Amino acid sequence: MTLTMFTLNAFYGLALAMNMFIIASGLNLIFGVLRVINFAHGMFYMFGAYITFTVAKSWGAPFFVGVLAAAVALGLIAFAIERLLLRHLYDKEHLMQLLFTFALVLLMSDAAKMIWGTDQYSVGYPPGLGGAISLGFVAIPQYQLFLCAVGPLIAIAMWLLVDRTRWGRVVRAATQDREMLAALGVNVPMVYAAVFTIGSALAGVGGALAAPRIALVPGMDATIINECFIIVIIGGLGNLWGSFLGALAFGLVVQFGTVLAPDWQDVLPYLLMLVVLLIRPWGLLGRPETN
Amino acid sequence: MPQRRHLVASAIVVLLLALLPLAGSRYAVDLTTEVLIYALFALSLNVIIGFTGNISFGHAAYFAIGGYACTILLTTYNWPLAASLPAAVVLAGLVAAVVGYFCVRLTQIYFAMLTLAFAMLVWGVAFKWKAVTGGDDGFTGIKLPAMLAHHVGYFYFTLAVVAVGVAALWVICHSAFGLTLVAIRENAVRAGFIGVDTRRMRWAAFTVAGTFGGLAGALFGMYHRGMYIENAYWTESANVLIMVLLGGIYSFVGPIFGAAALHLLQTFTNQYTPYWPTVLGLILLVIVLALPDGLIGLAARVKARRGRT
Amino acid sequence: MTDMLSISGLWKSFAGFVATRDVSFDLKAGELHAVIGPNGAGKTTFFNLITGHLRPDKGAVSFEGRDLVGLPPQKIVRLGIARSFQRINIYPRLTVFENVQVALIAHEGQQWNLFRPGRSLHREGTAELLELVGLAAEGAETAGELSYGKQKQLELAIALASQPRLLLLDEPTAGMSPQETGETIASVRDIVKARGLTLLFTEHDMAVVFGIAERISVLHHGEIIASGDPDAVRNDAEVRRVYLGEHGLGEQGHG
Repeated sequence: MTLTMFTLNAFYGLALAMNMFIIASGLNLIFGVLRVINFAHGMFYMFGAYITFTVAKSWGAPFFVGVLAAAVALGLIAFAIERLLLRHLYDKEHLMQLLFTFALVLLMSDAAKMIWGTDQYSVGYPPGLGGAISLGFVAIPQYQLFLCAVGPLIAIAMWLLVDRTRWGRVVRAATQDREMLAALGVNVPMVYAAVFTIGSALAGVGGALAAPRIALVPGMDATIINECFIIVIIGGLGNLWGSFLGALAFGLVVQFGTVLAPDWQDVLPYLLMLVVLLIRPWGLLGRPETN
Repeated sequence: MPQRRHLVASAIVVLLLALLPLAGSRYAVDLTTEVLIYALFALSLNVIIGFTGNISFGHAAYFAIGGYACTILLTTYNWPLAASLPAAVVLAGLVAAVVGYFCVRLTQIYFAMLTLAFAMLVWGVAFKWKAVTGGDDGFTGIKLPAMLAHHVGYFYFTLAVVAVGVAALWVICHSAFGLTLVAIRENAVRAGFIGVDTRRMRWAAFTVAGTFGGLAGALFGMYHRGMYIENAYWTESANVLIMVLLGGIYSFVGPIFGAAALHLLQTFTNQYTPYWPTVLGLILLVIVLALPDGLIGLAARVKARRGRT
Repeated sequence: MTDMLSISGLWKSFAGFVATRDVSFDLKAGELHAVIGPNGAGKTTFFNLITGHLRPDKGAVSFEGRDLVGLPPQKIVRLGIARSFQRINIYPRLTVFENVQVALIAHEGQQWNLFRPGRSLHREGTAELLELVGLAAEGAETAGELSYGKQKQLELAIALASQPRLLLLDEPTAGMSPQETGETIASVRDIVKARGLTLLFTEHDMAVVFGIAERISVLHHGEIIASGDPDAVRNDAEVRRVYLGEHGLGEQGHG
C-alpha cells in the first residue's frame, strides 16, 4: 500500500469511525442511564437519513437544515415513545424492553416503506464540502475531513454535558441510584425522557450526516444497529470515551480490512468484537459487571 | 402424578398429528412440518434462555451448522442418512461446546453479544467457503433417501425425530440437571454457594441447546432441499428468539406454542398483506405491555381466573 | 477443642478503602461465635473473604487445616462451610420445597444427572429440613412470595442442606420483628447444638448476641478490637468507647 493510499484510507476510516461514533454514542448514553438495549436505534438512524433526503433533496432546503430537521424529528419521536410507552417498562425484565424496542423496529420499518417506498435514494454532498483538499501527495475529500472534525466535537460536547454540568451529575447519579435521586426531589422520569430524546436525536444526526456517504435503502438500519452494538461493547458499555475508542477501532479495521481483504468485509467487525471480548471481556474501558 | 397426565397428553398430540396427512392437504402437511422443526429449534434455545437466564443472539449458528453439515454429507459425500444426521448433530454440539466455553465466561448483554459474534463468524464461513457450502448461491440439490422424498414421508420422519427430540429435552429440562439450571437462572450466587459450578453448568446447557438446535437445522435443510446463508444470519437468531419469548420462557412447552403461533401467523399474514412486520410489531407490543409471561402465562392466568370464580 | 477455622493477617481493601485490616481470628469447633460491629465495620466483607466470594489481598484462611484462599465458593461449600446472606438470597420463582431440594441435589453432586427427574429426588430430606426450620406447611408456595421472616428461615434450610460443619449466618434476623427474632435465634441455637455444628454469625441485635454467643469478636473499621466471652467483651474499654461513644450499645440500626 502506497503512502497515498494509506493516508486516503486512514481518512476514510476515521470519517467512518466518527460517523459511527455519533450514532453509537447515543445508544451508549441510553444504555448507560436507562439500562435499555435499544434495537430501534438503527431505525432512528435510518429515519434521520431519510428525513434529510426529504428535506434537503425533495424540498430543496439546505443540507444542514435537513440535519437539523432529522435531529428535531427523531428527538420528538423518541420523546413521544418514551413518555407514552417505554416508561412503563423500566421496572420489567430486560427481555420485555428488548422485545419492545424490537417491536419498534418492525413498526418503523413498515412505516418507512409506506412513507418513502423501497427505492434507493442518495443525498449529494452539501455545497462547499463536495471537493477535496490537497496535501500534495494526496487529496482528502472535504466531507470526510468535516466528519473527522464533527465527531470529536460531539464527543467533547457530550463529555462536558455529562461530566461538567449539574444536569450531567443528575444523569450520572441516575445510573447509580434512582430511588435516592427521586427522594432528593429530582424529576427522574424527565431525566430519563431527556436522555432517551438526546440519545435518539444523536442517531438522527448520525443518519443525516451519513446520508451523503451512502445509498439510502430499506434495511440500512439492520447492519448499523449491529455495528453500533459492536462499538459500544468493544469500548465498554456505558463509557463515552470507550465508545469513541471502539468507533476508532471499528472504522479503521473496517476500512483497511475492506481494502486488504475485501471478501471478509462483513465478518470483520464481528471478528474485532470477538478478539476484544476474549482479551478484555468488559470492553476496552469497561468495568467488570457486579452482582 | 402430573407426569403421567403429560405423557398421555403428548401421546394424544403426536397421534393426532400422525393422522393429519389423512386429511389430504399437502399445504397443511408442509406447514405442520415447518412448525414442528421450528418448535424443536425454539425449545433448544430455551434451554439457554429459560433455564440459565442468558439470552443468546446467535442460536442460528447451530441450526445452520446442523443443516449445512447434514445436507453436505448427504449430497457431496453420499453418506447415508443414518450417518449424516447424527454426524451433523454431533458437529453442531461440538461447535456449541467450543463457542460456549468462551461465552459462559460472560453474562447478560456481554454473553449475548459474544454469541452473536460467533454466530456471525459461522455465517461468514458459510458465505466464504463457497466450494463446500455454495456461498451466497446456497447449497442446493440435496439428495434425500427415496422414503423421505415424498412430503408425507418427510412429515412422518420429522414428527418422529421432533417427538424424540422434544422428549429428550423434556427429560433433560426436568432432570436434577435442569432443576439446578433453573436455580442458577434464579440466583447464580446462591447456586454457587450450594456447591454448584455455575459456569460449567451453563456451558453444558449451551452445548445441549446447540446440539438440539443442530438437529432442528438438519431437519430444516433436508425439508427445504437446501441451506442458504440467511439461515445462519442474525435475523434467523432473532426470529427464534421471538418465538421463545412469545411462547414464554418460564414454561417448558411455551416455546412450542410460540413457534407455532409465530410461524402460522407469519404464513397467513403474508397471504393477505405485505405488512407482516407491522402485525408482528403490534403483537409484540401487546405481549410487552399486557402479557409479560407470553402465551403460556396468559393461559395460566385465564385458568387461574376460571378456577377462582 | 481444636481450631476449626484459623485466619491470620487478613487484609482487603476496595479502591483505597481498607475493609479488612490485618484480621487474625480463630474459631474453635462447636463454638457459637458472634461478630459484631457498627454498620460498615466490615462484617459482610469478612464473611465474603472466608467463603471465597472475595479474595483477600493478603493473609491466610484455613478450615480444618486446609487453605481456602483462592478457592471458588462452590469448592469451599463442599469442604463443609455453608452460609446465609444478609440480603435475601433464595430462588424466588421456585417453590419453597424446590429451593431446598436443589441444595440437596447439589450436595449429593447430582446436578450433572440429566435423566433422573429433579423433583423426585430427596423428597424426605427436603421435608425434614423444612420441618426443622418451621416451613413444613409452606413447601408448595412460591419462595419469592413468602414473608421476609420466612424467607430468612428458608435461607437457613438451604444452608443446612449442604450438611455443613461450619455455619456462617450473616444477620440471620435482619428485618424481623422482635418476636420472630427471638424464635429464629432459639431455633438456630437448637439446630446448631443438636447437629454439633460450629456457628459464626453477625448480628445487629445486641440482646440476641449476648443471649446466645459463647464468644464475641468486635470489628471496627475492619479491625478486630476485642475478642472473648460476652462478659469480657461487654467490659472492654475499647468496645465501650466504640459503641457507647458513637451509638450506644444495643441500639445498632437495622441493615
